[in-house]
Amino acid sequence: MSWFEKPAEAPASAPAETVWAVCPSCKAYIATKTWQDAGKVCPRCNYHARLSGRERIAVLTDAGSFKEFNSAIGVNDPLGFKDASGSYADKAKAAAAKTGAGEAVLTGTAKICKIEVVLAVMDFKFLGGSLGSGTGERILLAAEKAVALKRPLIIVSASGGARMHEGIVSLMQMAKTCAAIARLKEAGLPYISILTDPTTGGVSASYAMVGDLNIAEPKALIGFAGRRVIEQTIKQKLPDDFQTAEYTLSHGFLDHIVPRKELKNFVAKILRYAGF
Amino acid sequence: MAKKTQKKLSAWDIVQIARHAERPNIADIIRLVCSDFVELHGDRLFGDDRGLIGGFATIGGEKVVLIGHRKGRGVDENIDANFGMASPEGYRKAMRLMRLAEKYGLPVVSFVDTPGAYPGSEAEARGQAEAIAHNLEFMSTLRAPMVIVICGEGGSGGALGIAVGDRILMLQNAVYSVISPEGCASILWRDGTKAPQAAETLKITAPSLKKLGIIDEIVPEPAGGAHTDPAAALAEIKKAVLANLAELKKISLDDLLQQRYEKFSAMGRF
Repeated sequence: MSWFEKPAEAPASAPAETVWAVCPSCKAYIATKTWQDAGKVCPRCNYHARLSGRERIAVLTDAGSFKEFNSAIGVNDPLGFKDASGSYADKAKAAAAKTGAGEAVLTGTAKICKIEVVLAVMDFKFLGGSLGSGTGERILLAAEKAVALKRPLIIVSASGGARMHEGIVSLMQMAKTCAAIARLKEAGLPYISILTDPTTGGVSASYAMVGDLNIAEPKALIGFAGRRVIEQTIKQKLPDDFQTAEYTLSHGFLDHIVPRKELKNFVAKILRYAGF
Repeated sequence: MAKKTQKKLSAWDIVQIARHAERPNIADIIRLVCSDFVELHGDRLFGDDRGLIGGFATIGGEKVVLIGHRKGRGVDENIDANFGMASPEGYRKAMRLMRLAEKYGLPVVSFVDTPGAYPGSEAEARGQAEAIAHNLEFMSTLRAPMVIVICGEGGSGGALGIAVGDRILMLQNAVYSVISPEGCASILWRDGTKAPQAAETLKITAPSLKKLGIIDEIVPEPAGGAHTDPAAALAEIKKAVLANLAELKKISLDDLLQQRYEKFSAMGRF
């Protein structure tokens, strides 16, 4: 039996879902340990599954080196927003419970192949990685911390875009984060932007696209407007590869597409070129 | 609607005024607010966007660099202007002109009126996201005084791409939002007809945005909206722009940049 074939019966000693993971793309069954050890990259089809913030930190940084800061900055509800499915405040609480984080980004200092960096890692599981005021504030403070420590800034994006529930305040986080990154660049410090699946809307149209280097994982969805909106606008079907990392690279907006297992070493190599 | 007093207008009523076909547009501003205008074309990279225009302008004797979204009047003009939906080359042209403002020591006045950045496949191919993102970064450190006027629709990233500045003014019946009320309703209510409710909930009108600290000043409009008396509305815009330019001139560029950074840093800090 090869690793991707489901056994006729799951071993009786453990529930099936703890032993077998299913690739969301090719539907292959993969031993959970193999799946986890590969950083949730399918050994059969090379599909790069989405990672939580903590999982991302584990694959990108030296073990145990991440020291989170500003974890107390959480969700704000400036509009007192409610829609058909309930209040934003309740949804934010549920997101925090689900992810164990207070916002859609984790920020802190970390080491990548022994190089000290300031790191911000978005978590798509937290309200679709949307850019709320708490997210923006954490990213601004991370950029300011990088300036204070004279360290490079690495941001790993995973986001559907602005957080509608915070209305205009969410939109302003695009300007706010870019202002902080502009200052970091004025200080001569590197900023590497890593775009993962998905990076769209207000996040692609702000900090994710202004890296000294923009790098992405294979097949990641990267774009500004949503596919459906564009198809409605131009009244045509779009090709399958539209808004993939490969499409974005070929149009000149990415420096590199880097497989997850090579990402850590790639970032370290770039930082060494940048003098770190 | 014009019969309703301003106080009784709902957010959705104001959306209709902001989008009114006869609302003063950039051509009216150039004709009636500016005594001179030299349009400057092209982004030097790909093309000349007709949905976002700019150039040198004189307002009440003040020489400025003017940029603004362009909505047309009538079908032909609107098709030419792409209904005020700018493409990446529009944002890149705006950046080029703002660079000139810095070089020539001129202030920037930016007029915002767009449903949003153009969501087309060509715009994606040429980097709509990158074009807007770079403007946000660039405008935050531009060494020139910058006055932004939200005139009609402030549609999300497409508006913000030319709306980072030192003073953010907003016409009384303009709207400024992260998403259109229709878009928000169809996503969060799963029902596009709930747009009036979404408009209310999103707090997109000038008084709400003033309270949230997003805008600095509300520019009054004639009763019923700017389209009922364009000359009066444009006179108010001119007065407000000149007063703010005069104030900004008194501030050193170093102080101005620090204040601009603090202004945007503070947004969403509670």
